[in-house]
Amino acid sequence: MSTVLEERPAAADAIQKFTATMMIRRFDPDTDTEPRWQEFSVEMLPTDRVLDALHQIKWEQDGSLTFRRSCAHGVCGSDAMRINGRNRLACKTLMKDLDISKPVYVEAIKGLPLEKDLVVDMEPFFASYREVQPFLQSSSKPDKERLQSAEQRARFDDTTKCILCAACTSSCPVFWTDGQYFGPAAIVNAHRFIFDSRDEASEVRLDILNDKEGVWRCRTTFNCTEACPRGIQVTQAIAEVKAAVLRGHA
Amino acid sequence: MTTETIEAPRSARVSKRSTNFEKWGWLYMRGSGVLLVVLIFAHLFTNLIAGEGGVKAIDFGFVAGKWANPFWKVWDTLLLWLALIHGSNGMRTIVNDYVGNQRLRKIIVLALLISSVVLLVLGTLVVWTFSPCPAGALPSDLPSFCPAQ
Repeated sequence: MSTVLEERPAAADAIQKFTATMMIRRFDPDTDTEPRWQEFSVEMLPTDRVLDALHQIKWEQDGSLTFRRSCAHGVCGSDAMRINGRNRLACKTLMKDLDISKPVYVEAIKGLPLEKDLVVDMEPFFASYREVQPFLQSSSKPDKERLQSAEQRARFDDTTKCILCAACTSSCPVFWTDGQYFGPAAIVNAHRFIFDSRDEASEVRLDILNDKEGVWRCRTTFNCTEACPRGIQVTQAIAEVKAAVLRGHA
Repeated sequence: MTTETIEAPRSARVSKRSTNFEKWGWLYMRGSGVLLVVLIFAHLFTNLIAGEGGVKAIDFGFVAGKWANPFWKVWDTLLLWLALIHGSNGMRTIVNDYVGNQRLRKIIVLALLISSVVLLVLGTLVVWTFSPCPAGALPSDLPSFCPAQ
């Protein structure tokens, strides 16, 4: 038994640290009129994530760096940001998966008002989320749970995965143009209830989304599907809502 | 549980019923797109590949010959209406995306509407009133295949 232990290489020697250059788009509303790029060097392990790099900068180099994160494990949806031009969660993006021979560019998600550094005002995003009535509406008052078959549950399973990180909506070129479009995230969360067999307000939501700024503004560019950190087939969900609007029911 | 005491809201959501035009616009783009694929490629095939001489054979006489047949008149009218409305509706979409100023947006969309209507009327008139050998024209203005020539 002890020989096996002795033959195992020392773990600390095996893992190579490397230096990565981070280009962070900084914006301080008190002093800046325009955002500016700032360069930082960080010592990283291959297992580190972009969020660890941001932590290292904030904790060891520049405490004024501002960004959102809560759970840091890809569930809360707080740290969506634009990393090397793609919307991703900083806590789910490993440094070793990026090209670290070049600087790693990190900036706030686009299309929402920039508040400071990597923090944007999420209110327009949540306003359109609220507008689609993202809650179960049912007139029945069962004594126990509302029953649903496995097939009925599977119908909207994909869209239950949304964590409201805004990576999809802020990657949508139609949303960028004037911010009036509902955006993929609101439609995904409408989809989640429109196709729920227990819900009775599908027609109301379909009517809401049959709006000038509703599903018809979607150009199926698939930016949202590509951006979604949860792998939701966002564009497909939007297409299913379009088809439901045409049918008049879910 | 408290759900027993909560009543349904007194008034349901009132539908605005303002713009279902976007839905019909979206449907039109899909429908006309499918038809245009057939119309355009058949148009290109008959004009460029099926006939003798390919693109060099297309002249006034070629068009006159085609429009002597009511089938091609209907075909080209369909092509004109479907493609022009498809194109101008696409332009309207782009204008709505990229023109933030409401006044300017209205002006451009109105200009699009007017130019599309003018082109549709002119194009339809050309297709259906086309006459290669009008009576009373100077013989020197007429193409060689006209009997008056």
